Amino acid sequence: MFDVNKIRKDFPMLNGKHFTNNGKPIIYFDNAATTFKPYSVIEATDKYYKEENANAHRGDYDLAYRVDKEVDSVREKVAKFFNANKIEIVFTSGCSMSMNLVAFGYGFKYLKKDDEILLTEAEHASNVLPWFKVSELTGAKIRYIPLTKEGRLTPENLRKVINKNVKVVSVAQITNVLGFKNDIKELSKIAHEFGAILVCDAAQSAPHMKIDVKDLDCDFMCLSGHKMCGPTGIGVLYGKYDLLKITDPFMTGGGDNARFDMCGNVAYLEPPAKFEAGTMNLAGIYGLGAAIDYLNEIGMENIEKYEIELHDYAISKLKTIKDLTIYNESADSGIITLNYNGVFAQDEASYLNSQGICVRSGEHCAKLLKDILKTPATVRVSFYFYNTKEEIDELYKALKNGGNFLDAYFN
Amino acid sequence: MPISINPQMMREIIMDHYNNPLHKKVPENLEGYKKIRMDSDSCIDDITIYLKIENDTILDATFDGVACTISTSSTDILCDLIIGKSLKDALYIVEQYKNMIYEKEFDDSVLDELIVFINTHKQAARIKCATLGPTGVEDILNGKDDK
Repeated sequence: MFDVNKIRKDFPMLNGKHFTNNGKPIIYFDNAATTFKPYSVIEATDKYYKEENANAHRGDYDLAYRVDKEVDSVREKVAKFFNANKIEIVFTSGCSMSMNLVAFGYGFKYLKKDDEILLTEAEHASNVLPWFKVSELTGAKIRYIPLTKEGRLTPENLRKVINKNVKVVSVAQITNVLGFKNDIKELSKIAHEFGAILVCDAAQSAPHMKIDVKDLDCDFMCLSGHKMCGPTGIGVLYGKYDLLKITDPFMTGGGDNARFDMCGNVAYLEPPAKFEAGTMNLAGIYGLGAAIDYLNEIGMENIEKYEIELHDYAISKLKTIKDLTIYNESADSGIITLNYNGVFAQDEASYLNSQGICVRSGEHCAKLLKDILKTPATVRVSFYFYNTKEEIDELYKALKNGGNFLDAYFN
Repeated sequence: MPISINPQMMREIIMDHYNNPLHKKVPENLEGYKKIRMDSDSCIDDITIYLKIENDTILDATFDGVACTISTSSTDILCDLIIGKSLKDALYIVEQYKNMIYEKEFDDSVLDELIVFINTHKQAARIKCATLGPTGVEDILNGKDDK
């Protein structure tokens, strides 16, 4: 049974002892930026530092062996979580690094002048800027798949622009400003028909829904641990093994090669080890393992269902405030993007902070999207499974008075 | 301006300079202007400030771009205050203004309407807003110029 009150007890940040500078209890609605961590995750990272602090890949003593075993076990857990094979899971510092690894290790290596990379205007900067670099370095062209008027990516629209020159289609499974879910399975199918690979940015989807990479048939998938109850500084790159084999490491150094000589001959290890040069975020890996256990225990289907329930409840309440513009009423996730008419987004977010409510104002890194939203800035409210309807009631109350945002400045 | 100004008046001053800024425009002829783009790294504010300085006197001060209420109104009030002033006097105003924002001792006799931002420290996240434009003005006065 999904019991939000029981769940909240698992999070130190939700223990009722955290307040804003003006003494208001904190209501956290910026989960698309990062999420709170349950005790079990914090304890797992602690366990590394307190009980098993040794470097990985050092087989000479028991302590190091335990670290290797735990890293291996977390890799297995992550693989199972996404229905991948263990050797297809690379640990990175986060989604941005995963994206950069694909862009530089694969894109930069194989793309040529006049090849094309397809993105959309709803992508996060981390799925745009690495490709800008690849384009600059290789001469490949970047094009944007048109979105519907609402801001959605449809398979039909991909079909309209894809051609044999397209080598990479890189899109989010859930977009970070509008919260629309893309049909990655169908998009992959179309990309493959034309010989392109499909890169899935799962930063906003992996924390909130069940993902089966075999079913989606995406070629690479990138995500961050900290958006799914895990520690910061740990992320995942999934890649089909054949593709990982021909992808170059983005970083090279200790831990990713079997041997090398000073004449420039290097024998890199097989994936995933060849991508994991340097000492990894081992405590982060321990924590990520605990995060996945925690999410599994609640159940991804339950999480998705509850978040949709929160979304629908919030929309039904917020819709009654006539001075509110909601840009994505039909979002398929817990992301609501809005503006209080006539109030600059940052002023509104700052006012909500004075009421204890944490939201994000800005272009949310999707700077290109403003051509679709037709506003330079928005306020983004994003839920996670530990949020409650009572918290949404507080948001509603605060936003009803949202026009008097300068109150915050004087009280 | 007396420091006893009440919150309602402060609010009206801020909103007035936000809704009807006097100096929010790109100069028609950029010749003779120094400019600087203040692109906040922690928020979406993105303004460019233009100052025309001749013989140690500020002849014109304007700004343009996208910014919140606090940024817009503080920059507008400051532009208004420094036009016609010497570089030294203008720098003194910015210095006293920043002292106020950062809760140090300050000389309120030169701040005029800028006194309305006296509560900024109560909302830490707003300090960046209240100092974005004034820091840009200060940078130009100290010789910076984005050509």
